[in-house]
Amino acid sequence: MDHSQTAEPTRRDFLYIATGAMGTVGLVTSLWPFIDQMNPSADVLALSSIEVDITPVQPGQSVTFTWRSHPLFVRRRTPAEIEAARTVPVSELLDPLARNANLPENAPATDDNRLTPKVAAAPGAPAMKKPEWLVLVGVCTHLGCTPQANTPTEKQGDYGGWLCHCHGSQYDTAGRVRVGPAPRNLDVPPYEFLSDTRIKVG
Amino acid sequence: MAGPSTYEPKSGFERWLDARLPIIRFTQEHILSYPTPRNLNVWYTFGGILTFFLVVQIVTGVVLAMHYTPDASLAFNSVEHIMRDVNSGWLIRYLHSNGASMFFLAVYVHMFRGLYYGSYKAPREMIWILGVLLYIVMMATAFLGYTLPWGQMSFWAATVITNLFSAIPVIGEPIVQWLWGGFGVDNPTLHRFFSLHYLLPFVIAGVVILHIWALHVPGNNNPLGIDVKGPQDTVPFHPYYTVKDTFYLVGFLILYAAIVFFAPEAIGTSVNNSPANPIVTPEEIVPEWYLLPFYAILRSIPNKLIGVMALFGALVTLFFVPWLDWSKVRSSRFRPVYKWFFWILLVDSVLLGYVGANPVDANVPNTSIPLVWIGRFATLYYFLHFYAVMPLVGRFERPNPLPDSIATAVLSAAPHKTGSGT
Repeated sequence: MDHSQTAEPTRRDFLYIATGAMGTVGLVTSLWPFIDQMNPSADVLALSSIEVDITPVQPGQSVTFTWRSHPLFVRRRTPAEIEAARTVPVSELLDPLARNANLPENAPATDDNRLTPKVAAAPGAPAMKKPEWLVLVGVCTHLGCTPQANTPTEKQGDYGGWLCHCHGSQYDTAGRVRVGPAPRNLDVPPYEFLSDTRIKVG
Repeated sequence: MAGPSTYEPKSGFERWLDARLPIIRFTQEHILSYPTPRNLNVWYTFGGILTFFLVVQIVTGVVLAMHYTPDASLAFNSVEHIMRDVNSGWLIRYLHSNGASMFFLAVYVHMFRGLYYGSYKAPREMIWILGVLLYIVMMATAFLGYTLPWGQMSFWAATVITNLFSAIPVIGEPIVQWLWGGFGVDNPTLHRFFSLHYLLPFVIAGVVILHIWALHVPGNNNPLGIDVKGPQDTVPFHPYYTVKDTFYLVGFLILYAAIVFFAPEAIGTSVNNSPANPIVTPEEIVPEWYLLPFYAILRSIPNKLIGVMALFGALVTLFFVPWLDWSKVRSSRFRPVYKWFFWILLVDSVLLGYVGANPVDANVPNTSIPLVWIGRFATLYYFLHFYAVMPLVGRFERPNPLPDSIATAVLSAAPHKTGSGT
């Protein structure tokens, strides 16, 4: 096998390289189904929206529902909690972005922007934000634990919102991260008010 | 290191086989008459102990898989079924779950032995690298296995560990969803974790063969860290080390049996006896003891990406150890300065484990010093040890004189040590 020593590439060299290249491409291509099979399947993708009745939620209470196999927090805030969230300047926040699926990605993390639902599709349905209601995906943006809500009887962290016991991240009463290691505010899912007591998430 | 073969086929069948599949010759050369330094001490028996535990885990694991159901709605109950209904199921499950702990105990002894006697140094770098690889695959296997009972700690361990990958910029989130097969840890995750948990032990067995192959090229290091110079420095592996390994294996098994029969739930946490609940994280989540030092490193850094990088960095660092140690001398016995740093590293690792075992907001007992600061200093030392102490001490330390050969050192010391022997 001394083709490489001849000055001109031969027909045989070309065939070797072409065969090797085709074989490699074929091998890599045939790997893809074995990788892609691990991505979320069609039935998992189909389970995307739920409706929640928020009538029983009392002021100061945070209730947990399940959405897309994650906890969903619906919190009815007290006037003091609303006040606490409103008075914080955005410049003091660890994550200055609203992280609200209902707003553009660069919306700042004001309390207002954290509350904004989707614009209602049905005419006459309430679309306005209600400062009482905070709807969040209850997944700590650090490593995915469920943070615990502050209650009048059990203090969770120094900011009145949530404390994640896994690694110590703290969130305020608008679900914004105030103490790391979590890098982002809690996500606000796409949701809308169907009526004053009913929301649709997803 | 196997030396010239001394195997002489005795029967006609052995001659016939030897010309076709020289398996008896291989056994003779690599197990029975394999020349081994005559001065190996108790710390060198842990390779054999580890091999034994790999077999224990595979055998008990195959049996457990006959009774276990990897479905999110059935898994927890199938484990209870093993514990209560299957004949001897409780025993086999406790052997398997505590076997993992014994496996890690043995691997830590084995690794620190390698660090003390410089077993990673030339020409044994490949043995060390394959060993670190084995250690990482072991951790992956143990983590996957820990998720299978689908208790609270299983579920949240799966959530936290898979979320480590979400720290990767841009592609982190798609990778995590790919690992999960959904938007969270759920049934698809459990199925694939079971499949991989069954696969990886055989990958470990394959890498173990490479590890031993790499060992048998230069031969064993030894407590003196000097090279074997001739037959007077070695003894055949059998019976000298088969018996010695067996003796210490039995000692280790007594500890294992004591745990399995008298305190089977002592290691691990009772929280895992309640079924997985995807919307409530337990108050304190802790990994199994053998992962605690890395958990402490993760938690000591208040930034997600850097914390995750430090965790993986702590592991990847081990691959570079053969090139970070600039000492010409292998064994710490002859390294008066480095010897102390070895013990500091050991204490530092235990300290990291202690910090990792405690709640994130805990203080040092009876003080108001936050434990997380102890974790930060311990993390700092861990990296300093490998990237500063190892090269610099190796460069500037003046080692003690080495003995001429294993035989002279061992035989001159023997009467002194054993008193009136033969």
